[in-house]
Amino acid sequence: MTLEIRGLTKYFGGIRAVDGVDLRIAEGELVGLIGTNGSGKTTVFNLLTGFYQPDAGSITFGEKSLVGVSPHRINRLGIARTFQNVRLFRNLTVMDNVRIAHHFYREYGPLSALFRTGRYYRGEKKLQEKVEDYLSIFSLQSRINEVAGNLPYGDQRKLEIARALASEPKVLLLDEPAAGMNSFEVRRLMEFILEIRDRFKISILLIEHQMRLVMGICERLAVMDFGQVIARGRPEEIRENRKVIEAYLGEDVPFE
Amino acid sequence: MTNPLRNLGRILSAYVLLAAGITLLQATGLANPYWIQILELACIVAISAQGLNIIYGYTGLFSLGHAAFYGIGAYTSAYLMKMYGGQSQAAFFLALLAGGGVAAAVAYLIGLPTLRLTSDYLGIATLGFGIIMKVVFDNADTFLPELGGARGMTGIAKMSTVPWVIFFLLASLLIVRNTIYSSYGRAILSIREDEIAAEMMGIDTFRYKMVGFVIGCAFAGVAGGLYAHLYTFLHPSNFDFFKSIDILVIVVLGGLGNMSGTLVASFGWIFLLEGLRVVLPPGYVELRWVLIPVLLIVTMLLRPQGLFGTREFPYLRGRLYR
Amino acid sequence: MEYFAQQVINGLQLGFVYALIALGYTMVYGIVRLINFAHGDVFMVGAFIGLYTIERLQFPLPVVFLSAIIGCTILAVLIEQLAYRPLRHAPKIASLITAIGVSLFLEYFTSLRQVFGPNFYSFPRPFTVVGWEVRGIQVTNIQLVILAVTLVCLLMLQFIVYRTKMGRAMRAVSYDYVTAGLMGVNVNMVISFTFGVGAALAGVGGVLYGIAYPQVNTFMGFMPGLKAFTAAVLGGIGNIPGAVLGALIMGQSETMVSAYLSSTYRDGIAFVILILVLLWKPTGILGTRRSEKV
Repeated sequence: MTLEIRGLTKYFGGIRAVDGVDLRIAEGELVGLIGTNGSGKTTVFNLLTGFYQPDAGSITFGEKSLVGVSPHRINRLGIARTFQNVRLFRNLTVMDNVRIAHHFYREYGPLSALFRTGRYYRGEKKLQEKVEDYLSIFSLQSRINEVAGNLPYGDQRKLEIARALASEPKVLLLDEPAAGMNSFEVRRLMEFILEIRDRFKISILLIEHQMRLVMGICERLAVMDFGQVIARGRPEEIRENRKVIEAYLGEDVPFE
Repeated sequence: MTNPLRNLGRILSAYVLLAAGITLLQATGLANPYWIQILELACIVAISAQGLNIIYGYTGLFSLGHAAFYGIGAYTSAYLMKMYGGQSQAAFFLALLAGGGVAAAVAYLIGLPTLRLTSDYLGIATLGFGIIMKVVFDNADTFLPELGGARGMTGIAKMSTVPWVIFFLLASLLIVRNTIYSSYGRAILSIREDEIAAEMMGIDTFRYKMVGFVIGCAFAGVAGGLYAHLYTFLHPSNFDFFKSIDILVIVVLGGLGNMSGTLVASFGWIFLLEGLRVVLPPGYVELRWVLIPVLLIVTMLLRPQGLFGTREFPYLRGRLYR
Repeated sequence: MEYFAQQVINGLQLGFVYALIALGYTMVYGIVRLINFAHGDVFMVGAFIGLYTIERLQFPLPVVFLSAIIGCTILAVLIEQLAYRPLRHAPKIASLITAIGVSLFLEYFTSLRQVFGPNFYSFPRPFTVVGWEVRGIQVTNIQLVILAVTLVCLLMLQFIVYRTKMGRAMRAVSYDYVTAGLMGVNVNMVISFTFGVGAALAGVGGVLYGIAYPQVNTFMGFMPGLKAFTAAVLGGIGNIPGAVLGALIMGQSETMVSAYLSSTYRDGIAFVILILVLLWKPTGILGTRRSEKV
């Protein structure tokens, strides 16, 4: 299914955080959304996931419009995300964090839980197996019973991705997944992302500042500045794009 | 995997042991009837406190009006029993459930507009609701004279025997435990932890907030019914803001989101109150209320996470968890 | 018609006293996000200081106010340093429970025979009451005193918060205390100062309350405290003009309901209004939404 944004606009008071953005993510694509700080990238994520309502423009997924749909419904329709500042359920275990995202797919009802029927035990076992599966991608199974807030930062970021995956999305929105990672971890992350894309057949839209990751795995890029998309194309093209360079470095830099 | 029948057996034997044991003590006169009544009160308070534990400890909803739902349950079941139930045990059971049901229904209505408020505002809205209900209780005799209003309601049958109270206490613990250690319980916990992230991971946070709130208030309603039929006299001052504070203190002292802590704190609080009444010399009984706040302050300063923190008694710990 | 106007005057009288208490709640909440349950009892102590200084010590009225200010400020700062400051980094609920504990302690400790005692005491009138009739409405000099003193206090507060360095520091800490500290603001002192100012106002309110409704008792702070806090929420918690607005609304509605319906409903009506307002504007009338960044 294709995720399509047309003319997406969001104002905050007088500021145009997102100004007429068009974006299209087809099935299975790995697209990067880059741009200077404050250019509106995370706001686009917030609009896509229903946290904000757009002031103008449309968001369609397949044939369905996502505007006005509540965030949890949008997630069930197939869009999951991670956050710029990690938002794990800090006092709960790693297992709980991932399990909760899979709640919609539980195979028992509240009465089964209350009376502890066989269905409940089977359902819980299934959930546990699913969780172990997702965690194994990131080599986090050994930490399954640890409290999420106690994990090292890099593991927390990976856990957040695992959690998002557990909600069985068709589109995964990753908000600066490599923030705070060293070059070794970034390389591992690049492998994880490609593996996820191939294994689960999902599309990925990625906000990131680390150019090595962006240039390394994204098929296409969109560059934002002051709420607008100023350039699109393949990574090699974007690297040479004058407008992009000006946006990042300023206008007086001599163009080589 | 445990045998569910063996579990059931264990629970039933615990019940029989407790209920029969205490009733025996009561019947033979070995135990002082005054203290048996205090024990029953402690159990009732524990049920109500588990309710607030669900609402605040697990769902993270700051409710300062819990006593109002306690009162709604009390008056509802007392009225039904008095008008229609007589002395029938079956009627009593139904009346208690009705009390819980009405409390749950009111909670649903109140929840619809207020659960969208942020924490401190929710607290103040529930506090306001509590005060409004107290005013309603005070003036209840204008529309239903049997309720007594500010004069109080009398003529309630003493139906809350030890077996009933123990039954509902164990039932409440079981319900909380089985719900919390399930996907539904975890959905509720996720709201407390990070409501926005929970919403984005597919949890219908409004629905689960409502579930937590309604169930918690239903617990209070049932407890209120048991209370009414223990003391056989109801007065609106039993259901004021101070009572809501009492329950809040119990839940926090025991450890928020901790069944064992709530249980122990309920018993501790009631027995401490009564114990001090006995221990202190006659003219100084009111000193309790000077000592208890000091104890409260010291406990919070030394152990802000509550007495139990996050540790639970063995049976109340989920098996699939750490 | 005169009856209505009379009730308006009475409502204003009550509202201004509530305002003085509400300001303390709103400032403390704005700066440390704490609902200071003990604030109503500081108000009560102010009333008792007023009682003592007027009746036993025969101080002139300005000195009475000064004593109440000094006494209440010391009390509040002590509470803040002993009970709230250690819990500043603990979960908020711990501070709240502690505040409840302090409130209960103040109420019951002062009700001991050895301290203030459990009875209701009659508050002496520090000046002879003079009344005038203006077009059928009774106005007394009590109301004028309340009006004057409250206005003076509000003006002084406005001056402190918006025209002094300390006021700027208070506003900075209420936005972001970590950054304020990094910018050189002595956060602890600012917080204590805020508690002190709030208490001073409550102390003045206590004396005024005693003059207007001359019966005091160690539990008198509970209900007015609750209502004043509700008033602060009604106006938008953390918002100073909001607290005054909310208090005036509370005072007015309480008086009107008492006059036209029945005094048994007086406690309830204010909360009905609160809930209605919160449904319409979840952050209070003048409140601003602190939007959460995701």
